[in-house]
Amino acid sequence: MNFTSPESLVFWTTLIFVVFFLLMRKFAWKPILGAVKGREDSINNALLAAENAKKDMQNLKSDNEKLLAEARAERDLMMKEAREIKEKMIADAKSEAQAQGEKMIESAKASIESEKNAAMAELKNQVSSLSLEIAETLLKGELSNKEAQTKLVEKMLGDAKLN
Amino acid sequence: MRIANRTIQFLFSLSFLILPLMASASGGHSESADKEFSATELINSHIGDAHEFHIADWNGHAISLPLPIILWTDNGLEIFSASEFHHDNTGHHVAKEKFVRYNEVIFYADKFETLKEEDKSAFNFGARPLDFSITKNVFSMLMSVIILLILFITVARSYKKNSMAPKGLAGFLEPLVIFVRDDIAIPNIGEKKYGKYMPYLLTIFFFIWINNLIGLIPFFPFSSNLTGNIYFTFVMAFITFLITTLSANKAYWGHIFAPPVPKALYPIMWPVEIIGMFTKPFALMIRLFANITAGHIIILSLISLIYIFKTVAIAPVSGAFVLFMSVLEMLVAALQAYVFTLLSALFIGQAVEEHDHH
Repeated sequence: MNFTSPESLVFWTTLIFVVFFLLMRKFAWKPILGAVKGREDSINNALLAAENAKKDMQNLKSDNEKLLAEARAERDLMMKEAREIKEKMIADAKSEAQAQGEKMIESAKASIESEKNAAMAELKNQVSSLSLEIAETLLKGELSNKEAQTKLVEKMLGDAKLN
Repeated sequence: MRIANRTIQFLFSLSFLILPLMASASGGHSESADKEFSATELINSHIGDAHEFHIADWNGHAISLPLPIILWTDNGLEIFSASEFHHDNTGHHVAKEKFVRYNEVIFYADKFETLKEEDKSAFNFGARPLDFSITKNVFSMLMSVIILLILFITVARSYKKNSMAPKGLAGFLEPLVIFVRDDIAIPNIGEKKYGKYMPYLLTIFFFIWINNLIGLIPFFPFSSNLTGNIYFTFVMAFITFLITTLSANKAYWGHIFAPPVPKALYPIMWPVEIIGMFTKPFALMIRLFANITAGHIIILSLISLIYIFKTVAIAPVSGAFVLFMSVLEMLVAALQAYVFTLLSALFIGQAVEEHDHH
C-alpha cells in the first residue's frame, strides 16, 4: 500500500465525519428515532388498551355469570320456600279440616246423645205415665175388693222397705 | 427459488460481460503493453489513495478526474488542480514550478532532487508541504455522506407525513436502525444510557457500511478503498476511543487504576490496563483496515492472474472467483460495519457500566 500523506485523509475524515454526524443527528436520527419510539409507544399503548378491554370484558362476563348464578339460587330458594309454604298450608288445612270434622262429629255425637237422653227421658215419662195408667186401670180392677186392696198396700209397703 | 436462480444466472452472465472491462481498467495502470506487468504495482495503486480519480484508459492515455490539490506550504496555502502534474507520479514533472509528485506524495521539487530513495516517504515532513488535498478517498467520502444524508433525511421527512407503518425507503432502512438500537446499543450499553450514543452508533454503522459497499463497485465514481485505508480507520477508531474515554465513569477508571488484585501487583496492572485502553480501539482500526483491504487485494489479484498468465482462457476462472469474492465481500462489508459498531458500543458500554460489586 502506498502510504500517501496521512494528514489529508485524517483532516478530511475528521472534518467530514464531525459535520456529517451533527447533520445526521439533527436531521435524521432525532426525527427517525423519535418517530420509531412514538410509534412503538402508541402500538404498546394500543395493545395494553386492548388487553385491558379484554380483561374488563372477562370481568363483566364473570360478573354476569355471578349475577345469573345468584338469581338462579334465589329463584331456587323462593321456589323451595313456596313449596314448603304450600305443603304447610295443605297440611294446616288438612289438620284444621280434620279438627273441624272431629269437632263436628263430637258435637253431632253430643247432640245425638242429648237427643237420645231427651228421647229416653220422654220415653221414660211416657212409659211411667203409661204404666201409671196401666197401674190405675189395674188398681181400679184389683181394688174392687177390700182384700185385694190391703194386700196391695202391704206389698207396696214391703217394696218400699226394700228400697 | 426460481427467481434466485435467475438472478444468479443473470449475475453470472453480467459478470462475464463486465469482467473484461474491469480487467482492462485495472490493467490500464500498468501503462503501456511493452512494460512488464506488475501485480504489486497494480494492487498498490488500487488500494491506495490518489490525487486524481482514474476512470479508464483510452489508447494508452489515462482518463481521470483531476481533484483539487490543497497544499499548506512554507509560503502559505496553494490550491491547484491535480491535472498540473500531467499524470506524472514519478517525481519528474514539476508542477507550478515548485512541486513534484512521487507515489502520490507531493514534495518540494528542489528538496526532492537531493532526497535519497528511502527518504522519499510520506513521513518525510521536512521535504514536502502539508497536503490537505481532496483525494480520491475524500471525494468518495463526500459522495457517501451526500448519499446518506439524502437517504436518511428523506426517511426522516417521510415520518412527518406517515405516522402509520413505514413504507418505501423508510420500510427498508428502519429495520436497520432498529437493529442497531435493539441488537447493538441496548444489549451492550444498557437500557438506561444507550440513547445518548445512538446517533454516533447509527452514524458509524451506515457510514462504514456504505463506504465498504462503494469500495466494491469497480467503476467510477466508486471503487475507492476508503474503509480499507488505515488513516480513515484510525480516525474512526480514535473517535470511538475519545467517546469511550470521555464518557467513562468512576467504575471504569477504578478498574484501571485500582483493579481487584493485591496492591503489590498494581505496578504490573497499571501498564497492562493502560495499554488495554489503547489496544481496544487499535484493534478496531486494524480489523476494519485489514478486512477491507484484504478483500480488495484478493479481487485485484484474481484479475491480475489474467495478465500474469497472459491468456484470456483464465478469465472465466478469475471471473468466477471474483464473483464469488465480490458476493463474499458484500457480506464482509455489512459484517465489518456491524463489528465496528458492535465493538464501539461494547467499549462505550464498558466505560459507562455501573459496578455494584468491588
